[in-house]
Amino acid sequence: MSNPATKKPMPLVALSIAFIVIWLMIAAFPFLWTMWGSFKVEGDFFSRADWMNAITGPATQLQTGGRFTLEGYYGAWVEQAFWRNALNTLIVVVFTVLISLTLGTLGGYALARSGFKYTFWILMAALVFRAMPHVTLVSGYLLPFFELNIWGHLTTTIVVLVAINQPFTLWMLHSFFLSIPKDLDEAAMVDGCTRFQAFRLAVIPVMWPGVITTGLFSFLLAYNDFTVTAMLLSEENTTMVPQIDSFLGSTQEKGKVMYAVAAVVSAILPLFLLILFFQRQIVSGLTAGAVKG
Amino acid sequence: MPHKTFLAFIWPSLFAMILFIAIPIVSVGFQSLYVEHEQIMIEAENCGPFGCNSEVRVDREAMEQLREEQPAGRFHGLGTYTNPSHLAIDDIREIVATSENFGEIRNRIMNLPFYKALIFTLAYTFIVTPLVIVLGFIIAVVVNSIPNVLKGPVIFFSLLPMIVTPLVGSLVLFWMINSRGILGAALQSIFGDPTLSLTASPALTWVTLFVYGVWHSAPFAFVVFYAGLQTVPRDTLESAMVDGANRLERIRFVVIPYLLPLATFIGLMQLMDNFRIFEPIIGFSAAASATSLSYLIYNDLRLSDTPLFGSAAATSMLTIVGVLILLTPVLRRNWREFNRKPS
Repeated sequence: MSNPATKKPMPLVALSIAFIVIWLMIAAFPFLWTMWGSFKVEGDFFSRADWMNAITGPATQLQTGGRFTLEGYYGAWVEQAFWRNALNTLIVVVFTVLISLTLGTLGGYALARSGFKYTFWILMAALVFRAMPHVTLVSGYLLPFFELNIWGHLTTTIVVLVAINQPFTLWMLHSFFLSIPKDLDEAAMVDGCTRFQAFRLAVIPVMWPGVITTGLFSFLLAYNDFTVTAMLLSEENTTMVPQIDSFLGSTQEKGKVMYAVAAVVSAILPLFLLILFFQRQIVSGLTAGAVKG
Repeated sequence: MPHKTFLAFIWPSLFAMILFIAIPIVSVGFQSLYVEHEQIMIEAENCGPFGCNSEVRVDREAMEQLREEQPAGRFHGLGTYTNPSHLAIDDIREIVATSENFGEIRNRIMNLPFYKALIFTLAYTFIVTPLVIVLGFIIAVVVNSIPNVLKGPVIFFSLLPMIVTPLVGSLVLFWMINSRGILGAALQSIFGDPTLSLTASPALTWVTLFVYGVWHSAPFAFVVFYAGLQTVPRDTLESAMVDGANRLERIRFVVIPYLLPLATFIGLMQLMDNFRIFEPIIGFSAAASATSLSYLIYNDLRLSDTPLFGSAAATSMLTIVGVLILLTPVLRRNWREFNRKPS
């Protein structure tokens, strides 16, 4: 790469480095700051006197005797039983991802392999459905769910999240399936496979990267959801994100803010690990739709 | 693939979408024509030691029974759409008739809840979307030019604002800009005004939400543009160089035209996502100065004592109309492409 034509002048290099540093500060600093602050007491993290208190932590020293405290985490996870919400989130997310992917691969495969006109209409309908604000759909669910007495259960929420996920999952898997040559399943069918056997034995083994990438996005959609879970789950079945919102309702009491801060950091951590391990898949998934236009 | 096989593969997915997306939309349309029952009043005689007096109260049993019989409420036609908390047609007419100038009309319309939310939603959608595209593009170009070893970590941290739950992300920022948080305190000392608070004035709240929106979505634009930059043909870049184009001109005349389809794609995704802005309003506790259409629906369903299904449904229908209007250009383009494609 010692091509003189691609070599950059010094000021430009300095400028790009400065820009990157500033962008990284903007992108990452809020999270690091909140993580740091979650080990302090409220008097330090929300200091009236001096923002430096959040770093040095005099009130934390005074109230707990150490430089860091787990009070916020103890309060959230043990006192307020945040573990129950984490467990609910786990159940909802795992089942949503599994069911979404099963339905999505079947449907996406059919859409990618059928040459008939109605596939276009199904895809367009899916696009419109994807654009619907979730809260408008939820306002359609509430009354029937109350009537049928199925409001508040985890199962209902999982089914709803799967359905809301479908348009997106279909689009994404459809474009992944398009990138797999038709010859593959046709060859399998010539060899005597039925359509479903060809799908399961010949296509799915080479589709794993696409399925995993789509699964990641279904995971994010289910994990990050606030609208559906906040409105469709009863108090005792609620998941992490709505629970954080209800911590905020009680923040007037001293010390409770730190419960919310600790809960927020706990909710960020799995996402942090997710990017750490699946960065490549996330990037390829974001661009998969773009390349196909 | 024969129709029968196609149907065998797609029916579960189609069934889920029809049952939980298409039918709810119809159900919302239906609900929007109804409103809550009127309270049934009964007069009861209360006789005490000081004589009898009659009092009027709600007849609970009759109400329960009525709700049992007609859960959706009573038929109200399009009345909910035109009432003051939705399209407010009478109020608009009155405002236009009695106001002196355009500024007054605007201010008075901004006080109607539906229009207030609509204007904020549109402003958010059309201000944040272009900013996201521009910022994402700049980050992508710069990251593309740094040494390869640094790219991985930079992308890792850049993804954070986008991946994190919107409610959580907005809370993290909210705690920092809070007047007792680090950024809030820093702004106070920069402007020398100890009472300065970003959440106090409507204008500053709007700006805060816009900043949040750009922060949240710029990584998405960045990643898409970054992937696009890897595929810019080297030959074209080199011939531009031979023709004497400098760095800026190469970006202007080669890279940008090449990435334009990607910008359209990002723009479309952003329009859809920004139009449903909702969680940040809760995270920033901004409802007093900025509400969105989604927030209005949530408010009707969740925050009032009894859920106002009719009112929420009417707002939902109006939101759906908005989404369809936003999507028409995309659908038309797809339709044209589809017809051109020989199949």
